[in-house]
Amino acid sequence: MEKFLMGEYDIIVVGAGHAGCEAGLAAARMGKKTLMLSINLEAVAMMPCNPSIGGTGKGHLVREIDALGGEMGLNIDKTFIQSRMLNTAKGPAVHSLRAQADKNRYHLEMKKTIEKEPLLDMKQGEVIDLVTNDGRACGVVLRTGAVYRCNAVILATGTFLAGKIFIGDSVFDSGPNGLAPSMELAEKLREYGLPMRRFKTGTPARALADSLDYDKMIPQDGDSEIVPFSFMNDELEKDQIKCWLTYTNEKTHEVIRQNIHRSAMLGGKIEGVGPRYCPSIEDKINRFPDRARHQLFIEPEGLDTDEMYIQGMSSSLPEDVQQAFYETIEGLEHLKIVRPAYAIEYDCIDPLDLKMNLENRTIENLFCSGQFNGSSGYEEAAAQGLMAGINAVLKLDGKEPFVLDRSQAYIGVLLDDLVTKGTNEPYRIMTSRAEYRLMLRQDNADLRLTELGYQVGLVKQDRYERFLEKKAVVEKETQRLKLKIISPEAANSLLEELGTAPLKSAQSLHELMRRPEVTYDNTASLDPERPELSRHQKTTMEVEIKYGGYIQKQLAQIEKFKKLENRKLSSDIDYGSIKGLRIEAQQKLNDMKPLSLGQASRISGVSPADINVLLIYLEKERRS
Amino acid sequence: MRAFVFSIMCETIAAISTAYGEGGIGIIRISGPESISILRRIFDCKGSIISRRMTYGKIIDPEDDSIIDEVLAVYMKEPSTYTGEDVVEINCHGSMVSLRKTLGLVLREGARMAEPGEFTKRAFLNGRLDLSQAEAVIDVIKAKADASYEAALSQMEGSLSRKVREIRAAVLDILVETTVNIDYPDEDIEQLTYDKLLAGLETVGEEIRKLLATADTGRMIKEGIRVAIVGKPNVGKSSLMNCLLRQSRAIVTEIPGTTRDTIEEAVSIRSIPVYLIDTAGIRETEDVVEKIGIERTKEAFNNADLIVLIVDASQPLTEEDEDILVRLENRRSLVLLNKTDLGNAVTPGDIADRSPNSDIIETCLIEEKGIDEIEDKIEALVYGGKLSQKDSIMVNDVRHEEILRKAEQAVCDAAAITRTQEALDIIEIDIREAYDRLGEIIGETVSDDVIDEVFSRFCLGK
Repeated sequence: MEKFLMGEYDIIVVGAGHAGCEAGLAAARMGKKTLMLSINLEAVAMMPCNPSIGGTGKGHLVREIDALGGEMGLNIDKTFIQSRMLNTAKGPAVHSLRAQADKNRYHLEMKKTIEKEPLLDMKQGEVIDLVTNDGRACGVVLRTGAVYRCNAVILATGTFLAGKIFIGDSVFDSGPNGLAPSMELAEKLREYGLPMRRFKTGTPARALADSLDYDKMIPQDGDSEIVPFSFMNDELEKDQIKCWLTYTNEKTHEVIRQNIHRSAMLGGKIEGVGPRYCPSIEDKINRFPDRARHQLFIEPEGLDTDEMYIQGMSSSLPEDVQQAFYETIEGLEHLKIVRPAYAIEYDCIDPLDLKMNLENRTIENLFCSGQFNGSSGYEEAAAQGLMAGINAVLKLDGKEPFVLDRSQAYIGVLLDDLVTKGTNEPYRIMTSRAEYRLMLRQDNADLRLTELGYQVGLVKQDRYERFLEKKAVVEKETQRLKLKIISPEAANSLLEELGTAPLKSAQSLHELMRRPEVTYDNTASLDPERPELSRHQKTTMEVEIKYGGYIQKQLAQIEKFKKLENRKLSSDIDYGSIKGLRIEAQQKLNDMKPLSLGQASRISGVSPADINVLLIYLEKERRS
Repeated sequence: MRAFVFSIMCETIAAISTAYGEGGIGIIRISGPESISILRRIFDCKGSIISRRMTYGKIIDPEDDSIIDEVLAVYMKEPSTYTGEDVVEINCHGSMVSLRKTLGLVLREGARMAEPGEFTKRAFLNGRLDLSQAEAVIDVIKAKADASYEAALSQMEGSLSRKVREIRAAVLDILVETTVNIDYPDEDIEQLTYDKLLAGLETVGEEIRKLLATADTGRMIKEGIRVAIVGKPNVGKSSLMNCLLRQSRAIVTEIPGTTRDTIEEAVSIRSIPVYLIDTAGIRETEDVVEKIGIERTKEAFNNADLIVLIVDASQPLTEEDEDILVRLENRRSLVLLNKTDLGNAVTPGDIADRSPNSDIIETCLIEEKGIDEIEDKIEALVYGGKLSQKDSIMVNDVRHEEILRKAEQAVCDAAAITRTQEALDIIEIDIREAYDRLGEIIGETVSDDVIDEVFSRFCLGK
């Protein structure tokens, strides 16, 4: 096939899913001429699985992406059709925002944003090879023969790479949702010696809305007061749709058990490793045989479609079995399947082959993101896309990498886990993975990250000013509340009403707000001269007052953590020559080239004694 | 997944810096920013503590104001110290027991046990050791780490390690519940109630406390207990010594540094090494020796694990008896009402009025009556009246004790805020800490345990 040069860019992004979109937008917004390529432009910001954004840990990621100047938060705020704040009773660190998205509008809005971005071009085309020069990525080759040259490539191939769909014993090469897979590129990456492997995931069937009986299901409403994802939005109002809850029963389980031999998942056809938190229904029944029922949610896929997503019921059983077991469920007796459930297997890289800036260790200037790195989920993908985009730009500009640590962001936890520890299954973020959860709240993501986003040049002036204002207002109002003294006479009738003990002597409103029953809003009558605060300002201020003591404790822990994190390790250290390191540690350290002693201490096979040896080594180097 | 948090220099560390069993003086060395404030909290002396000046005073347990030892302490201000940090050295003159107790106190007040070679490491990192010594420092760290690792392993084989694992598994059960409740709010799982959480925490706390209670036993069995026999002249102190010596097997092995003079005898009572310190004769002479004798009586009194006061039951209490009875407050003590064959001028009630916490036994030592009861009391003291020697799991390592104490504290903190119904994510911080601490003992700090357990026990996911 004849090849021909079609264009030159600074950066090329392969893939236009959630990782690709953030990568492309970040690179372009930071001033690089960027090209985004996708096998099919209908797949831009496509949600091939559940129609929702956010949730525990994931909602935190979206807030962080937003705080750094990413797009996901803004896009879901434009296109959500139901919004809920989860975990409100379980503490400020784990309040988690989740929104049901209108899938098609989500895709269209994101596509529009990309189309309008001045330095960003978007093209339909299948990348079948990389162009490399002296071990450095410098272009891509399309199936048409077109060659685009560039200085850095960002891979964001999702589940397209050597994608293979399983429905019963029907197995065929395919990307998600019936789109074409990317087969040749997968082969080429293996030829280049990248450590590739197979992961799998799955999705449930979609049913026609009119074929369901909603009287038999339990409605789930959105919150009456909507909290936006983006720090750029304060108040949003919208008519929200309902979701529906129903359960499987013994009959369902019976149908599945009788046909289990026809499942691709359990029939041994699938070699890829699936995520434990996303099991198929046959998996659930197999592993938890004593459970009498499993819950499922019926979620609309959008306002312009009658397709309904059956959350909790992914499967790789044949279509006839799917029809049979779905029909046993209350409310689903007459269901019409629009799209069958399927399992999909795909190629991804062992993330241990990446550096903390998401650059590949084997091929220079090749950045990697999203499911390609072994993660799972739209939010995890977007977070990595954003970081890959930023870091590709910084690399080309000869600047220091932008790396967030575990005490700064869930993004830091996500990347450190992937790159330092690796993963044996598609990786999902969870709040329990974060050591400093009380600091990594979703309400303060802007206070943690917007300044940094501004410094790297992704956060623009309007967002930055908004952040500065929030910071100033929160500080000023917190100080004012410390000085605002409330007398027992003024407060006690209100306190009684709120069900909390009366005051014996005068106290500051700041002190009073530490009580669980007392909030900023319900004390408004005691404090008529207070200024008007926005929702985001109020939330952060309130959390910091209420949990001040615990936050201080966590800050002390972080200070300790930082001591090792701040001890930087140069990438040209030859660990093999350091006497006193155990052989295993020498090898691992030489493979990983950790950025700091902190990162080194998290590598499996590096012991506390090895870290001590490194400390002595560093001091020795400093002095000589 | 928890990061292994490894501290460099910010924490204050402590250790006994003289080898065990060498010499009569033991030195506890403390290094780090908290050194001086820790000393101030546990050291009672006249005047102020001045850098580089040896100061005489008493080590006092701030919790109950009991005197642990009389010591010389010196504070050396950074940077011109061995480690380059603030350093405190406490020279304990008493027994191994008081040395250990003092170290325990230092750890409780905020220091942590030094890692192998850590003083040397800090000395190097703070520029107090020459560059040419770097390799030597590495060797020290490695050798000590290997040795302590092996020691820890051999120590941790067996019942104690099993017990710690068992408790840690119970903490994991709780963590799995909190994690699944927090990370999977929309799943069809049982909601964790504060009552259930509290019950779990209380059980775990109780288990750790039970283990901690064995720390004293472990130490006493390993190092023996010191029993001071006090009382006025001719009340029966020598008779008691003789009875115990006659009935029990005398032991020849002695821990060096504990024998102070000839009036100390080592015996084995029901397999427990016991050092009997007879203060007999101390007040019986008027010469120069008396002054030394009083000092020794005081020292023996202060360092004893158990004080046996013998009172003449046939005569009214003397001023001296009354004086000693007052001093028994806050001490483990046994009062023998001796010479009951000669009369009842003093009754158990009289003693109980003056020293309510003392155990009281009526004896007639000349006829060897009451000796079994005395031995019972000594045994009960060592085993806390609960454990029998056969099934005992004992903590006999200061480091383990320290970590268990911190784990227990974390569980208590978690329980306290569970009672006040604090938010679950806040409570979980303390539960995590307890889990991580227990892992430190058995050498498991980095793990995916919680997440693995969540998925193996609960059916989750879209």
